Amino acid sequence: MLVFVVVVLLHFVFDPPRSHGAWQGWVSKPEVGVAILVFFGALLVHAWVGLRDVILDYVQPVAVRATVLALLGFALVALGVWVAGILWRIPA
Amino acid sequence: MDRRPVFFNLMQIQMPVGALTSIAHRVTGIVLALGVPFGVYLFELSLRDVEAFEQLVEWVRAWPFKVVVVGFVWALAHHLLAGVRHLLSDIDVGSRLLHARRSAWIVNVSAATIALLAAGALV
Repeated sequence: MLVFVVVVLLHFVFDPPRSHGAWQGWVSKPEVGVAILVFFGALLVHAWVGLRDVILDYVQPVAVRATVLALLGFALVALGVWVAGILWRIPA
Repeated sequence: MDRRPVFFNLMQIQMPVGALTSIAHRVTGIVLALGVPFGVYLFELSLRDVEAFEQLVEWVRAWPFKVVVVGFVWALAHHLLAGVRHLLSDIDVGSRLLHARRSAWIVNVSAATIALLAAGALV
């Protein structure tokens, strides 16, 4: 994720996308799309681990804890599906 | 039963720099996670069509948006650097107190510097 952040940052500094077409063209490159998917996969797994630890620290009652964890898991999966859908809809 | 006295007045506890770095790591993590849906929404807008892209460019030029961006840059920079520091501690690099304190300062100052650089780049 660190590498991804640095690479995207460098791209925006040295070759910022100045139009919708240029931006879409960059994202629709296979290597960029795969990198975005891998990044979001890692990001969502990381968000699960991190927020799970936070919830286990502060939410003690078992029923509430289970509910909150389930909601979190559902939300993270939904985010993953959303990102995949965005990439899927880009015209090649 | 645990009857040890508990003293949790955060205004009066003098916290070592490592504690501040650690707490900030947790807070920035939560903030960044809450920011993800908004980031995905902006990502979707940027790719939807030309109008949405232009609208987004307009937003990015507005200063309230820039303030939020600088805030997230700080959160991300701090979270990344503090995370690397924790990973190094896990493999026993810089675990001794003197080094741990020094690296905590380095994390806090570097993250603030990166946020200032971002602010400078966006103005």
